[in-house]
Amino acid sequence: MRNMMQKSALVLALLAAGAVSAPAAGSEDEFKAAYAAAETANKEAGKLRNQWTTTAATLAASKKAAEAGEFDKATASAKEAEALAKASIFQATSEKTRWKELEIR
Amino acid sequence: MKRRSAITLVSAALAFAALTLASALPSDAADKVDPVADAKAFRKFFTDKFPKVKLEDFVNGPYSMNEDLYRQWQEKEQFPPYEFSLEMGKEMFSKPFKNGKSYADCFPNGGIGIRQNYPYFDEKEGKIITLELALNRCREANGEAPYSYVRDEMAALTAYMAFTSRGKPMDIKIPDDPRALAAYENGKEYFYTRRGQLNFSCATCHVQSPGERIRAEILAPALGIVNAMPIYRSEWSGMGTTSRRFTTCNSQIRGVPLSPQDDEYRNVEYYLSYVSNGLPISGPGARP
Repeated sequence: MRNMMQKSALVLALLAAGAVSAPAAGSEDEFKAAYAAAETANKEAGKLRNQWTTTAATLAASKKAAEAGEFDKATASAKEAEALAKASIFQATSEKTRWKELEIR
Repeated sequence: MKRRSAITLVSAALAFAALTLASALPSDAADKVDPVADAKAFRKFFTDKFPKVKLEDFVNGPYSMNEDLYRQWQEKEQFPPYEFSLEMGKEMFSKPFKNGKSYADCFPNGGIGIRQNYPYFDEKEGKIITLELALNRCREANGEAPYSYVRDEMAALTAYMAFTSRGKPMDIKIPDDPRALAAYENGKEYFYTRRGQLNFSCATCHVQSPGERIRAEILAPALGIVNAMPIYRSEWSGMGTTSRRFTTCNSQIRGVPLSPQDDEYRNVEYYLSYVSNGLPISGPGARP
């Protein structure tokens, strides 16, 4: 019984190690893809003259984490930056007509 | 009978067409660029919102919104914090360039008492020219390097020029030129457009909330807000140009500022100045 428990613990430990190491191995590519998508969205916001400082800061945080080899953290930041950039694009687009609601007439 | 039916049909068609046209007209009229009506409505909005504030006092920004602050401002004006900048500006303005010419050669009336006419629409260029831009163009035309739009030298020069116009009513013209009207309309759009992660427009603070606090500061009304530029801000511990004000407003709402004197900033200054026509120039100003 004890032997069986020891085996199970070993299997669990191996599985856990695998669970951590497998994404770590593939996450640099994931980071690169997420970062590129965020940069593209932020450039689009720039064309609309409506970038957010928080997008730039989150992109910088993503790059810094990637340079430190923390690709999971870097990917999460890049995805957050992409979401921020997309929100700024939505804002710029919707404000093309919405600004009139605030106008003093 | 047939003829009567035909007449009835034609009449109905004409009436329908007339109704359709009539319903289209108001929306066309509403979308028409009408700076005179805008300025009238703008002024009415603020004078209705703050019936106790004298029209000419709106140029004193937050100090016009609160009696205690107004007293503080009167005391401040005894030894104004912008005085050093004013003296520096006067000295800079009168000092000739290396080629022997001076700022006075670049401006009507030698640059004295003309602040109220800026910004203006330049017909040749088809764009808005602000005082800050005109000063740097003057420098470059005379072989001098342009100044930063957000630093002390530009603030000092514009402070001196504003001081020579103190009390003169803002007098911005919009010529009957579609490009001038477009610049005005684009400036208006910029003023009311929400931006930055905080989703604020210029109007969020300076139309919807003047007199209210944002953190420790009391917000200024948009009416007459540019008449006091440049300003000494205690928060900055120094002078600030119009360019500095616009760019810092953008970054405070978590928007990436544009470059000083980009078209958007020139246009919004044109719009804000036009709707403040008739109010006195009070620059250089002081703000908390």
